[in-house]
Amino acid sequence: MSELKINQNGQLTSLDTVDGEIATLNLGPTHPATHGIFQNILKVDGERIISAEPTVGYIHRAFEKLAERRPYQQVTPITDRLNYCSSPINNLGWHMTVEKLIGAEIPKRVDYMRVIVMELARIADHLVCNSVIGVDTGALTGFTYVFQEREKIYDLFEEICGARLTTNVGRIGGFDRDFSPVFFQKLDKFLKEFHIIFDDFTNLLERNRIFMDRVIGAGPITGERALSYGFTGPNLRAAGVDYDVRVMNPYCSYQDFDFDVPIGKDGDTYDRFLVRQEEIRQSLRIIHQAKDNLPAGNYHGDVPSFFLPPKEEVYRSMEALIYHFKITMGETPIPAGEVYHSVEGANGELGYYLVSDGGRTPYRLHFRRPCFIYYQAYPEMIKGSVLSDAILTMSSMNVIAGELDA
Amino acid sequence: MKNSAIQEIISNIELKFPNCEITTDSYGMTNIVCSRDSIIDLVGNLKNDLGFGFLTDICGAHYPLVENQEFQVVYHMHNLYKNIRLRLKVNLATADLSIPTMVNLFPAANWMERETFDFYGIQFEGHPDLRRILNMDDMDYHPLRKEYALEDETRSDKKDSFFGR
Repeated sequence: MSELKINQNGQLTSLDTVDGEIATLNLGPTHPATHGIFQNILKVDGERIISAEPTVGYIHRAFEKLAERRPYQQVTPITDRLNYCSSPINNLGWHMTVEKLIGAEIPKRVDYMRVIVMELARIADHLVCNSVIGVDTGALTGFTYVFQEREKIYDLFEEICGARLTTNVGRIGGFDRDFSPVFFQKLDKFLKEFHIIFDDFTNLLERNRIFMDRVIGAGPITGERALSYGFTGPNLRAAGVDYDVRVMNPYCSYQDFDFDVPIGKDGDTYDRFLVRQEEIRQSLRIIHQAKDNLPAGNYHGDVPSFFLPPKEEVYRSMEALIYHFKITMGETPIPAGEVYHSVEGANGELGYYLVSDGGRTPYRLHFRRPCFIYYQAYPEMIKGSVLSDAILTMSSMNVIAGELDA
Repeated sequence: MKNSAIQEIISNIELKFPNCEITTDSYGMTNIVCSRDSIIDLVGNLKNDLGFGFLTDICGAHYPLVENQEFQVVYHMHNLYKNIRLRLKVNLATADLSIPTMVNLFPAANWMERETFDFYGIQFEGHPDLRRILNMDDMDYHPLRKEYALEDETRSDKKDSFFGR
């Protein structure tokens, strides 16, 4: 690859490729090769990218403002729409933030149930990302294999909460109901069958010479740059930094589980792909452990001020009726204070900075959205590469438009 | 072990920045309130000497009832070696909403500061490209400020006062 030299005025001074004529290429906002609404104004010389200027905000929906007038339980559906490939992680992360604020004690069983749901969501998210990397290199087959499995994960979500994509799963304090026997049957079936399809997918791509030639060296970033750009999640680990919120600040009893944190070396598309592949296997390990050791107990904590009483109780008992009314109308006491809680989302550290003034709604809620922060490194990562590598880099970074624009 | 490390860092900061107000809240997070003149020195010190090499987050907040400190810029920093998080806060008055940028220390601050500017109108001095990021460019106000109603004001059934605001 020839080295690009750009002088102080931003002009190209030497190139051994073409005649030095620079064209402007508008990639997006709606481009068939970018999965979501992203605009990049590229300066290209032939096929080489000299500079890129991303524009974000095309699907901005003012979630932080909306959250300021919604009672705490009504913020959950907003979080669905951040990273919509793994909504349950966002939902449960928000519930845990509120539980941290109110100091609720959560039974072990709820933790394990949450771990199962979150790891399923992580698998679904990684499957989308990795199979789409395949699609962008022209290998459509793997995509059709694993999307079938993703459907099965959505069937599992449907069994838990009735929804598939924007799940709104769980409640503050636990789950709205226990996992059904049907769920466990489906989960067993999924765990028994998933690895067969996943091995096929692995065989199709992981050591495929054509695929490897295509992705090795595409969009690399060093560990140091990745850290200074605020990378988290698989992208950071692919660059060789072993930061995982699940290990460093274990929430939801993650310390009980035995799993490895895969890390890469070069931080290129191939490493990001491999890290996600391994994380899928580790997530399966965690689900197996959580399912086998699922403690007995209640499916929700003892937080009467937030967790709705059972409906039949509401019809029979005065106390339940009062609590039902108070929760629905947001009249329950909430301590004033501020918390920052973060969970390991499918593409990085998903943080919630919540300020409560004791009122009915959050006074201020800020989402630390991993892809908003690491997407700003994109111009640097694709500088000097060819256009087709830029497309690959974007899909391997797992930038999700909903989370990017909040 | 972790507590002693936090204590060491706190005493280190107290020594170098005597004007900072350091508190630990009931959730175990260390909060540092400092002035905007010392924020760059403080963050540079945290990054280079105390191991806080990761800027987790920057966001703004609006407290219209706190006189002369209506706005707040909140930084979350993380020491990945010792696993310690810090929250830094800088209070600003409505009349003078400017604060030095952090882009030279952390490239990640670029978009976070643009977002804070977009929503609160806080000017980051020295920022290379301080434009709106999520809202459209010709918007003429900063929507997360508290003076902008949360609901369509023509609706009589959905007044903010019904929602404790």
